[in-house]
Amino acid sequence: MSSEPIKIGIAELKTAYSPATLLTAGLGSCIGLCLWDPKIKLGGIVHIMLPDSTLGRNVTNKAKFADTGVRLLIDELCYRGANKKRLVAKIAGGAHMFAMQSNLEMLKIGERNIEAVKKELELQKIKLIGEDVGGDYGRSIEFFTEDGQLLVKSIYKGVKLI
Amino acid sequence: MKDYLELNELQLDALKEISNIGVGNAATSLSMLIGRKIQLEVPKATLAPFSKIVEIIGGAEKEVAGGYLYVNGDIPLGILFFIPREQIPRLLDLLFGKMQTKIDYDKQGGLQLNEMQESALKEIVNILAGSYLNSLGIFTKQVFIPSVPALSVDMAGAILGQVLQSIGNETDYALIIENVFCAEGEQINGYFFLIPEPETLDLLLKSIGV
Repeated sequence: MSSEPIKIGIAELKTAYSPATLLTAGLGSCIGLCLWDPKIKLGGIVHIMLPDSTLGRNVTNKAKFADTGVRLLIDELCYRGANKKRLVAKIAGGAHMFAMQSNLEMLKIGERNIEAVKKELELQKIKLIGEDVGGDYGRSIEFFTEDGQLLVKSIYKGVKLI
Repeated sequence: MKDYLELNELQLDALKEISNIGVGNAATSLSMLIGRKIQLEVPKATLAPFSKIVEIIGGAEKEVAGGYLYVNGDIPLGILFFIPREQIPRLLDLLFGKMQTKIDYDKQGGLQLNEMQESALKEIVNILAGSYLNSLGIFTKQVFIPSVPALSVDMAGAILGQVLQSIGNETDYALIIENVFCAEGEQINGYFFLIPEPETLDLLLKSIGV
């Protein structure tokens, strides 16, 4: 009984119980962070755009940043019944879309996003059990709340399950 | 400092007009390059949250060639130029002549441009953005010096996400001025996006007196 996947756009966050599928399309330098509680089969995705909320001006959307986004997703899942100690994480994205060209610091945001997400996960003592990050290509991800599997699709590298 | 949400109708119209003049100039350059007339559509200004902005280009997974230029200086802004993937061969045909263009695809169906095709696309971005910025500069009495163009052929959402992070620390909304043009006889739709940073808006609007 699989229904339409639940879509998560740039700087958005959503959670769902099994058997829902969560989907976020077109991750470039952004990171799709997936957290899952295996016992109650509750999962969530936050589509993170930037590494550091302290650089933001009037931060109204916490899902946009790595530090606040990770914490917000944990809170949201725990509010719906998850146990923080059981949560496991998978991440995808953090690419450098304009490879080889231009040394603009801002275009290296992908790497900084990856670092920031990993650092916050470590701080929150959440285990990272799968990742498909970096490179110079876009990704779309589907996260299955039933078994915690993450499907990563790209134009250039095909499909893989992590 | 201004937020996009504070813009009134007149100011939005003014921004559209600025962009339109720029695209007109850019289209003339392209027209000379390929020897065809170029038609312009009426520009649209879209103000939307990041999560919705990707819808105007046909969804996050639509495959496009995206050329990006960043302008530093007093009036920082980004210029993004999109061509849908299926139209890239036609554009290259127009540049090189039909016999010259052979495009390779990899096993997954991803477009494999060779070095010459890639640099041709970059050159188009450069010419378009250069003439766009020239007229923007004359109009606003500013000098715009753009970065070298960066090119990516991939999902629209992935490219847009990367580009929008230049304004992401300041706002949750993007203001995108969209100009579409078609080359006569060959349907080539190019999408031109002017992405002013919030701090740029005041300066841009002041320089034209609205």
